[in-house]
Amino acid sequence: MGPVHTVYGPALLCAGAGCSQQFGAQPQWIWFLSSSYVGAHSTTLMPTVSKGDGMRGLAVFISDIRNCKSKEAEIKRINKELANIRSKFKGDKALDGYSKKKYVCKLLFIFLLGHDIDFGHMEAVNLLSSNKYTEKQIGYLFISVLVNSNSDLIRLINNGIKNDLASRNPTFMNLALHCIANVGSREMAEAFAFEIPSILVAGDTMDSVKQSAALCLLRLNRTSPDLVPMGEWTARVVHLLNDQHLGVVTAATSLITTLAQKSPDDFKTSISLAVARLSRIVTSASIDLQDYTYYFVAAPWLSVKLLRLLQCYPPPEDAALRSRLTECLETILNKAQEPPKSKKVQHSNAKNAVLFEAISLIIHHDSEPTLLVRACNQLGQFLQHRETNLRYLALESMCTLASSEFSHEAVKTHIDTVINALKTERDVSVRQRAVDLLYAMCDRSNAKQIVAEMLSYLETADYSIREEIVLKVAILAEKYAVDYTWYVDTILNLIRVAGDYVSEEVWYRVIQIVINRDDVQGYAAKTVFEALQAPACHENLVKVGGYILGEFGNLIAGDSRSSPLVQFSLLHSKFHLCSVPTRALLLSAYIKFINLFPEVKATIQDVLRSDSQLRNADVELQQRAVEYLKLSCIASTDILATVLEEMPPFPERESSILAKLKRKKGPGKLPDIDENRRNVNGSSEHSENTDTTNKVSYVLNLNSSPSTGPSLLVDVFSDSSTSASVDVSEDNFSRFVCKNNGVIYENQLLQIGLKSEYRQNLGRIYVFYGNKTSTQFLSFSSFVTSSDILKTHILHCLIASYPIIEGGAQVQQILNIECVSDFTDAPVLNIQFRYGGTLQNIAVKLPVMLNKFFQPTEMTSQDFFQRWKQLGAPQQEVQKIFKAQHPMDTDVTKAKILGFGVALLDGVDPNPANFVGAGVIHTKSTQVGCLLRLEPNAQAQMYRLTLRTSRESVSQRLCELLGEQF
Amino acid sequence: MQFMLLFSRQGKLRLQKWYVPLSDKERKKISRDLVQTILARKPKMCSFLEWRDLKIVYKRYASLYFCCAVEDQDNELITLEIIHRYVELLDKYFGSVCELDIIFNFEKAYFILDEFLLGGEAQETSKKNVLKAIEQADLLQENTFSSGMRC
Repeated sequence: MGPVHTVYGPALLCAGAGCSQQFGAQPQWIWFLSSSYVGAHSTTLMPTVSKGDGMRGLAVFISDIRNCKSKEAEIKRINKELANIRSKFKGDKALDGYSKKKYVCKLLFIFLLGHDIDFGHMEAVNLLSSNKYTEKQIGYLFISVLVNSNSDLIRLINNGIKNDLASRNPTFMNLALHCIANVGSREMAEAFAFEIPSILVAGDTMDSVKQSAALCLLRLNRTSPDLVPMGEWTARVVHLLNDQHLGVVTAATSLITTLAQKSPDDFKTSISLAVARLSRIVTSASIDLQDYTYYFVAAPWLSVKLLRLLQCYPPPEDAALRSRLTECLETILNKAQEPPKSKKVQHSNAKNAVLFEAISLIIHHDSEPTLLVRACNQLGQFLQHRETNLRYLALESMCTLASSEFSHEAVKTHIDTVINALKTERDVSVRQRAVDLLYAMCDRSNAKQIVAEMLSYLETADYSIREEIVLKVAILAEKYAVDYTWYVDTILNLIRVAGDYVSEEVWYRVIQIVINRDDVQGYAAKTVFEALQAPACHENLVKVGGYILGEFGNLIAGDSRSSPLVQFSLLHSKFHLCSVPTRALLLSAYIKFINLFPEVKATIQDVLRSDSQLRNADVELQQRAVEYLKLSCIASTDILATVLEEMPPFPERESSILAKLKRKKGPGKLPDIDENRRNVNGSSEHSENTDTTNKVSYVLNLNSSPSTGPSLLVDVFSDSSTSASVDVSEDNFSRFVCKNNGVIYENQLLQIGLKSEYRQNLGRIYVFYGNKTSTQFLSFSSFVTSSDILKTHILHCLIASYPIIEGGAQVQQILNIECVSDFTDAPVLNIQFRYGGTLQNIAVKLPVMLNKFFQPTEMTSQDFFQRWKQLGAPQQEVQKIFKAQHPMDTDVTKAKILGFGVALLDGVDPNPANFVGAGVIHTKSTQVGCLLRLEPNAQAQMYRLTLRTSRESVSQRLCELLGEQF
Repeated sequence: MQFMLLFSRQGKLRLQKWYVPLSDKERKKISRDLVQTILARKPKMCSFLEWRDLKIVYKRYASLYFCCAVEDQDNELITLEIIHRYVELLDKYFGSVCELDIIFNFEKAYFILDEFLLGGEAQETSKKNVLKAIEQADLLQENTFSSGMRC
């Protein structure tokens, strides 16, 4: 029986030239529209196509699943099948290969539906060790899809792989190599990283095996670069670029590119070979390469890969080679102008893929002004192309062109088209590219126009990109401001248009700048005063207004329309609509007013004295009101003038908003808008400090409480807790509950070790970052973030950055911590660096837990029970009964309790098998005494843990922490 | 390439291939987020988007979405054509492939993909060579299968 496709759905590809871009416009059969649960059909027709050997039982099972009318029915059917398979696997009767294969396939299908599979691995290993190809193939597939780090299993798998690699049967060898490439685990790298290079370069290896071996090695090199040995084979691998078989060249080029990125010097010889190969491809007639020609484009994949490889190097030094490469690039640019050889989108996509890669190389070399300008003109044409994809890519590519000194001016000529794209593109991701390009092409000559356009776009921009645009506008306005009145206007406009998206960094920054430049202070005061007169103004404006008038209100007080009293009344009219932090800021502005304008002292004192201030439910506001009032009453004018002096200029450092944008986008994605654009050699200039031994250690007080001086200083450099969306690693977190030193995080590239010391309420963590690779990490930075709640409970915070961490090197960072009061959450260490061109983002939960601030307390049995009774209130005690997760070993348990930080009290508990401990948690504000008791029950393999402390939250948290350790 | 996902218009995953080590939990989260993001996009929109720190390249063929995640420096257009070549390979092998072929013969879809892409890079871009490899394997299957039947 032949396939009857109309019965069960539309074909993915439709024949005929008419359908080029989207296939979705065809009618959809009910079959496809309905989810698999809709019972519009009583039985599913199984496709009758069955290549190779069909497994009927599998097909029936898949149909059953598709005929399930509800999620519940599906789960029921799956559970039934799982039970069946389990019993078959456990049964006494040995299963034949076919059945085993069928059941393993069913498990695989169930896994792919999104269910967890926790058995069948052993059977899969059996299958892959079988001599029958059909069984071997399924065994390998199961392992490739459901990788399990179970080390015993990996040993068995490796054994099977070893046999297949030694079999000299190319089909078996390929299966084994595919499996290594798919799993790519460290254990496999350890076992095979030595063997695969010799397979790759051996003279008698089949082409298809060479291809698999090359990419297998590439994968191992990516996951475990330290395990792939360099050696004699590297020279021979380069010569694969000359291979007759284009498939081998295609696979080998990827491998060589990866290797050349790490050690460019070892693979320098690949430049001339790659240029020669590329030259042969671009000058070939489209039929020369036979099946490697794709829609009339000669070997597009290989061309792109060769152009990528050449981007690992500067322009060739040899003049002949250099001109040959230039010819290639010119040919590619010329072809873009030729009429298309086919109307199919595949033709133009493949052709333009090569073109864009060639342009990337031209930009990378950044040395041939003619090519750069030609590239820019070509991209300019694409900016108005009817294909959205091309417009998107042209905008993206032009961003990098904008940073070359040769093409910057040429890019600028397209400003109107880009602005138009911003206004008319229907796809937000294209508009986003337009914003990026405007940002990249901005300089002093067009800053006003670009900022104005971005501001007007902001009014209608998608919510998802507003914050980023705000940051960009703020940066451009600051960077290219000639007169700072324009800068102040721009930022106030930003707040007016998109106040909700103006992050703290932005308004902190405007205040920094106004404070640092006395030529703009009067204007700023006047402008915020006017802006505040609007009936509804954003809270961020109130913050900026409060701060600036508090500092510089005197500069406009001469005008009767903005007399001190008017200024004060204006600010105070906003007071009741604002949140607590803003009110706190306004109170500080008021006390500054008392210093600036003695004539409003009485009015302000009345406000401070009112019940709504002095008895405010918020402790911060109440404290400020009380302290400011007292200060204004008792301090002499001199003291007042000293305490409330104008803020000193901020030290100049990197703009905190720029840092924020970099974190948001990743440094690599941010075009360099610096005046010193990239120089001729293609490398960007580094003016950074390269002292990698430089240790950074400073504590920033994040609590801006007035008791530290009635200053308005808010910490403008601290990071808000919005870090990039990286999943935070907590893997090793719980291991640090009972110990202070060890490895907290490790991946293929980086190892992070910790050494910590705690004394009373203070702690210090030494963080060691080890580069495990042989290649540099660039722009390495780390900073600590924590939730807002946490910030008020423990003090810490710092940023460290190193321009370079050499391969194999280790650097150290010191974190200082102070426990202010008890806390639950833990801070997060965020790390960013570039490795081999990609940005790495890592977030690790730092093991700063409450029990770290324990001081052990020795006491007698009598004292212990007396205190135990005193702490008898129900909320003071927390108890947990739980199953042992580790063997119940008395010595280990003792060590853990000691590691937890309490003193272990012998002979206190009448039952010698029980453990009791005592200690005091030190926080800045208080000390909390803690008693604990752990009762093991060896027979039931259970524990009962009881904690008694004077504070409910402390008991709770300590119980959670310790309860997971046994 | 970091991973490739095939999913239906109802958001059901039909095939997933990961070229970077990630836990099951992370894979599920990524698939869920990405499927939602792409299904929310309109038909005429651009095939590329920035997503986290990756570039996503996707295209819809009838009822199936093919979606690849590539890195910052990778070429979007050539990735789009990787998708197309894979669809062509499936089409040639199954003969007018449709979603159901991939559901019922998911293992074949994986085998074809492994011959075409390995470690996230194109291994063999010639349609003939890839299909030859698969057909040889099928032949081997039938032989072993029938010999298995005999004994």
